[in-house]
Amino acid sequence: MAQAIPVVCAILVLNFLLLRLAPGDAASVLAGEAGSATPEYMAELRQRFGLDQPLLVQLLYYVKNMAALDLGFSFRYNMPVLTLIVNRLGPTLLLMGVTLVLSVGAGVTLGILAASRAGSWRDTVISILALVSYATPLFWIGLMLVVVFSLKLDWLPTSGMETVAAFYQGSDRVLDIARHLILPAVTLSLFYMALYTRLMRAAMLEQAGMDYVTTARAKGLSEGRITLAHIVRNAVLPVVTVAGVQLGGLLGGSIVVESVFAWPGLGLLAFQALFARDFNLLLGIFFLSASLVVVVNLGVDLLYTFLDPRIQV
Amino acid sequence: MPGFWRRLLGNRSAIIGLVILAVVVVVAASAPVLFPGSPFRRVDRPFQPPFGAHLFGTDVLGRNVAAGIAHGARTSLMIGILATTVAVLVGTVIGAAAGYYGGRLDDLLMRTTEFFQTIPTFLFAIILVAILAPSIRSIVIAIAVVSWPAVARLVRGEFLALRHREFVHACICLGMSDRRVIFRHVLPNCLSPIIVTGSLTVATAILIESALSFLGLGDPNVMSWGFMIGAGRTFLRTAWWLCTIPGMAILLTVLAINLLGEGLNDTLNPRLRNS
Repeated sequence: MAQAIPVVCAILVLNFLLLRLAPGDAASVLAGEAGSATPEYMAELRQRFGLDQPLLVQLLYYVKNMAALDLGFSFRYNMPVLTLIVNRLGPTLLLMGVTLVLSVGAGVTLGILAASRAGSWRDTVISILALVSYATPLFWIGLMLVVVFSLKLDWLPTSGMETVAAFYQGSDRVLDIARHLILPAVTLSLFYMALYTRLMRAAMLEQAGMDYVTTARAKGLSEGRITLAHIVRNAVLPVVTVAGVQLGGLLGGSIVVESVFAWPGLGLLAFQALFARDFNLLLGIFFLSASLVVVVNLGVDLLYTFLDPRIQV
Repeated sequence: MPGFWRRLLGNRSAIIGLVILAVVVVVAASAPVLFPGSPFRRVDRPFQPPFGAHLFGTDVLGRNVAAGIAHGARTSLMIGILATTVAVLVGTVIGAAAGYYGGRLDDLLMRTTEFFQTIPTFLFAIILVAILAPSIRSIVIAIAVVSWPAVARLVRGEFLALRHREFVHACICLGMSDRRVIFRHVLPNCLSPIIVTGSLTVATAILIESALSFLGLGDPNVMSWGFMIGAGRTFLRTAWWLCTIPGMAILLTVLAINLLGEGLNDTLNPRLRNS
């Protein structure tokens, strides 16, 4: 908790600097699309953000407003920025959550499979798969999956989060969303799966040479049990650390993936804000998603103590 | 040095990487000769399929896709190398200062570095490019800003390991200035990991650049692979080659650089090879 607050403050200052850096005066940037705000609102903004005051005072005003979660108003959507972001948070969290589980799960499994027969053809195939996935641009693999699974085979929908016109209820709706979720989640997972596969493989091989493995073997444990109960538990730690660090990256990747699949989350909102050059909305998304990453990282720290009781927060 | 090349050329992934990369570099270098004039120029009727009159066909405006690929290679390589150079320079100076001086300076610099690693970097890059207006310069700045922290942490780690070695103490006892000790004596000892990280950073930089220009944040005056995919996206059903070919180009280039990076890693850190 103690480290989280300075980080959030630093994000605020960075946001303020970016706002100052944007073309036009700060009031017009805060009002979103130039020209669409009323003169009254602009005057109110100038007053509320103290834009006639020295820079440092302006920063204080800005921090005060942001701390009250007053992120301004988006004229394009005719909605407060905060409401807009909160409405889009759900789909993004769903996509990120599924991606996280999928990429860590598949990465750890493939890493174990590769490391347990290091040098075999199985290891080679997994390593090549990881190498190629690691080099593929997310948006491109998304488009290619659309070509294959939606346009050619017609198995899965191309875009969106649900078939709105069908008015599905209950479990039908869940199933419908799940079908829409498959392609975006797989697209976003591939890159991270590759990363975790490589990490897991390296960590497994490193752990396999440790003394405790020799001890386990000496007391007559089977190889399968040594791998699963002893090596994997230690090798998974670096993967969890990196998965935590990569959360911000995952959010960035979701911008690209959501705009490919028209997944109605924060990423698509960021893309639309970018398209309209609505910097205030963009900065609001940046602030909230950066804070989200900080909060989730606190959660990862707790998970770490659970996985490795030797570590204390 | 001849030992280095012999070992590098004895490494399978380095060879594959070097060969693919050489092709990309040759294509990029000869783009103005092979496809003179602007790659944005209209050459034929739109939507000509590949392997006909034009090697990779034409796009929605009748532009030659092959010319776009060749000119796009120049953009990708240039931005990748420029952004990496800036990131490595900044990261090295910050990491070296943190690792060499330690104490509060180290604290401050490492907090800053960690901060830049926690924030959603791609979103940050997008905002930077959008605010600075899309151009080669702003793209290079944005990629460098999100890439330096990894280099800084690496260099700091190396400096921490070398800081209290005898040769460093000897240099200080001889009365050398800090700058001389850092740049002439400590830094050359950690060049190998910096080279390896740098090569991998070029690959990430190319991926970030392609994503930025896919989202419409590329420099409007230069052709780029990401832009080609973004422009061809709407015609996925009818003209598959518009997205597929530039994507393959990105994939192959990034793959080649990663392979070369791995080869360099094996060559420069022989101790790590067996682990």
